[in-house]
Amino acid sequence: MVKFHVSLLVIFLTLFLKIDNEDIAPFKVISFDEFEEMTKESSDKIKIYNFWATWCAPCIREMPDFEKVNAEDPSVELIFISMDDGRKPERVTNFIEKRGVKSPVFLLDDVDFNSWIDKVSKNWSGAIPATLFVKPNGERAFHEGDMDEESLRNFISQLKQ
Amino acid sequence: MKLKVQHLFGFLFAFLICHSIQAQDGYQVGDKASDFKLKNVDGSYVSMGDHDDAEGFLVIFSCNTCPYVVAYEDRMIALHNQFAPKGYPVIAINPNDDGASPGDSFEKMKERADAKNFPFAYVYDETQETTKEYGATNTPQVYLLEKDGNDYIVKYVGAIDNNYQDASSVTKKYVEDAMEAVLTGDEVPEKKTKAVGCTIKWRKS
Repeated sequence: MVKFHVSLLVIFLTLFLKIDNEDIAPFKVISFDEFEEMTKESSDKIKIYNFWATWCAPCIREMPDFEKVNAEDPSVELIFISMDDGRKPERVTNFIEKRGVKSPVFLLDDVDFNSWIDKVSKNWSGAIPATLFVKPNGERAFHEGDMDEESLRNFISQLKQ
Repeated sequence: MKLKVQHLFGFLFAFLICHSIQAQDGYQVGDKASDFKLKNVDGSYVSMGDHDDAEGFLVIFSCNTCPYVVAYEDRMIALHNQFAPKGYPVIAINPNDDGASPGDSFEKMKERADAKNFPFAYVYDETQETTKEYGATNTPQVYLLEKDGNDYIVKYVGAIDNNYQDASSVTKKYVEDAMEAVLTGDEVPEKKTKAVGCTIKWRKS
């Protein structure tokens, strides 16, 4: 009987920890090279790289819309790219926990902005929020400025055409 | 006749598209920049034309609320102190609508200017017309203008340097290098740079 209870407890804990792990977005500090490699990985989904920061009000406003579309549309995969201060990653991890961010978050820690902004998109001024879309065939599209659920869905459906 | 009308609409459409693209791009290096008349935190109105002794200006689109601006405020002060005596004062323009960003109101500008003891003019582009005309996209963003007769020629557009976090780790001083080139009559080495920054908070129409 005790054995049974212990087993139950083990199963329960395993499940609980698993759910817990799945609920919290993975987080990692990366270089620009690592980011670029990430955008070149092959995928059968449209990858959505959303550039944001914890201090950027319009970025934070649009995040739930991005997560909603990501949860409802299996053809896309959302990745958040934080522009926060790489010396203080806890600002981002605290934010992820507090707001319950589900999608993976990478903090791009390279302040030599002029060396890489054009590599993300020639059309990007550097202002955030901004979003890079990479199609399964490697084609890229870019949007500067915020997006709501509708404009994001429209953008994605145009990419699928 | 029907075809002609369609053509006309086609041309009109093409014209509007070209026009809007041009407006969106704003000033490029070599363009003539317009003067402005904007309210300074001390209550006076500031125009470039009022500065008879200036050789040019470091016009910086700035604000109160952007962490990148905050990180650069001391460097903006240093740029003014370094280059105003050489004829190139800083004029900081806050482009943000205070409805969209209450922390960027004129009152808050006065508080910030007082707290930091800005030695330069800090003016408010309440109508956002100057910002649109210049084509500023984010804060902070610098336009180095050189006076040529009655014109103000754009010599550099972009970031102050390449490390907002730590001034001592900067390896490229874009604005300082551009200033030195302009002062010695040389070609500006990097004429346009980009930096991650805060969006302009446009008025919702």
